[in-house]
Amino acid sequence: MTTLSAELTERSVEQLAGDAAPRDIFDELSKRAVRRALLTAIAVPGYQVPFSSREMPVARGWGSGGLQATLALIGADDNVKVIDQGEDAGVNATNLRRLIVGNAGCGEETETGLADVIQSRHRIPEEPLKDGQTLVLQVPVPEPLRGVVGSMDEQRRMHAEGDYAKMWVRLYEDIVRNGVVSHSADYPCLVNGRYVIAPSPIPRFDVPKLNDSEALVVLSAGREKRIYAIPPHTRVEPLTFEDVPFTVEHTEGAACVFCGSDDTYLIGVPEEDGTTRWVCSDTDWCSRHRPDDDTETETEGEVSR
Amino acid sequence: MSLTLHERAQYAGAPLASPAPAPAWTLSVRGLGKIYGDTSEESIAGTGPEFGTAVSPNTGAIVAAWGVDLDVAPGEALGVIGESGSGKSTVLRCIAGDEPATAGEMLFTDHGGSTERLDQLSPTERRRMRISDISVVYQDPALGLTMDVSAGGNVADPLTAAGWRNFGRIRSRATELLQRTEVPIARMDHPVKAFSGGMKQRVQIAKSLANDPSLLLLDEPTTGLDASVAAGVLDLMRGLLEETNVAAIVVSHDFSVIEMLTTRVIVMQHGRVVEAGLTDQLLEDPQHPYSQQLVAAARG
Repeated sequence: MTTLSAELTERSVEQLAGDAAPRDIFDELSKRAVRRALLTAIAVPGYQVPFSSREMPVARGWGSGGLQATLALIGADDNVKVIDQGEDAGVNATNLRRLIVGNAGCGEETETGLADVIQSRHRIPEEPLKDGQTLVLQVPVPEPLRGVVGSMDEQRRMHAEGDYAKMWVRLYEDIVRNGVVSHSADYPCLVNGRYVIAPSPIPRFDVPKLNDSEALVVLSAGREKRIYAIPPHTRVEPLTFEDVPFTVEHTEGAACVFCGSDDTYLIGVPEEDGTTRWVCSDTDWCSRHRPDDDTETETEGEVSR
Repeated sequence: MSLTLHERAQYAGAPLASPAPAPAWTLSVRGLGKIYGDTSEESIAGTGPEFGTAVSPNTGAIVAAWGVDLDVAPGEALGVIGESGSGKSTVLRCIAGDEPATAGEMLFTDHGGSTERLDQLSPTERRRMRISDISVVYQDPALGLTMDVSAGGNVADPLTAAGWRNFGRIRSRATELLQRTEVPIARMDHPVKAFSGGMKQRVQIAKSLANDPSLLLLDEPTTGLDASVAAGVLDLMRGLLEETNVAAIVVSHDFSVIEMLTTRVIVMQHGRVVEAGLTDQLLEDPQHPYSQQLVAAARG
């Protein structure tokens, strides 16, 4: 007994956690803390696990949660892809990608199929994710009940007891007032038949991709210090009444002006003549699906909004 | 002599009639007690009507209710009357599960005949009972309703809690209930904060009936309404109690409410039941000096 505890106390931080000497933006012990929280999150799908969100070189609310999850998960042999609203070339996406690559020594990648970890703000890539990949979603507000009840005690009680009646009342009110469920992004979903989650402000279009996903989905809120996860092949159902089917965004006749796709998430760009030009939100996918384009061409940033 | 609180409660009230409860009762309460502060036995001595206080001289604890026995059968309404601070609302809150009782036994039997000891359920289970089996109409509509939500949405709340997931059916059930409680259907989709006091109470009653509860608890349902509106709400409640097979407990300090709605009544003073009987009999011939005083005051 004595020897064991002596052995434990004598082991240095280095022995326990590895050399912390190259003091990056994120030390090894903090990464371990995130990984521990993540293990709990995976074990209890949809449950919001509190974690010790550290100061990052990005402001809280600008992807600090996603950054910590990505840095805790990625290794030097991995490739990272970072997108902001589907775009690899956005300023924030580019800077986060550089920060991650510079600190983890990993490779950078824009092609969805080749990335090991995909950090994303508010989109899930069009190309179906595969087994072994991890999608890290940046989450501004992890609490789906925030708009329903103000008290955090009450929110926790409702999660603990699976009491989501007030959430359903909100959907009822929405249909009564607007004729449809007007929730466009961050649509509340029931994970594994147990916890209601905020899937981060992804469009409704992306919600069905969470169900029975091949890839692990990690949702991390740095400002709110909460991390939660959807393990591969987990049931994710958007909350919806039996007689009011869940619908995704779709504009009849709209197709991407570059690749011609009409089954992707499209963004309308208003033209001067009053018409709307539609372009793919996922720029990497778009650039690889143009009819007569050389797929090797670097097209980052070509499609701008 | 050392007794558990539960035993004390039994001594303080009438002894338990029989270990097996009469299945006829929807709710059977024995020795219900609620003490705020020191819950030890010392707190009980020196309180009650004979001492003229509910505050313990020994410990300073407030004995809000002690040794309360009551029974209510399906389709019957029981009145609880007493002045402010007599413990009647405390008794109701303990039955509703809004607060845990300090002592006592509460046997509840639902429509289907299954019996539960309310005092032994966890707070989670108590809340579950409140969805389908036990409903409360509060004096203050803000306690029973969500003010920003429409009348229909408030009625939808207990329905969704009970697992209703069909919008059309929820909507037609809410319409039916609001019609029954005489809320204009044209105002069904307006937030209840925009409603008058009487109409808020009608919405609260509609909500309380949503899942056909076995027990309805009415806490001063018409206090704060002006006389003509109160009369309308009372008429409605009398009709509903007659139509449905719900057991009701009506708490009020107003004899006219008790007289109109209930057949039996208990009178409370300083946390104790001082008299129990048939409502009309008690009103005609009150025995306890305090009841006589109450009746005299009501009859002016």
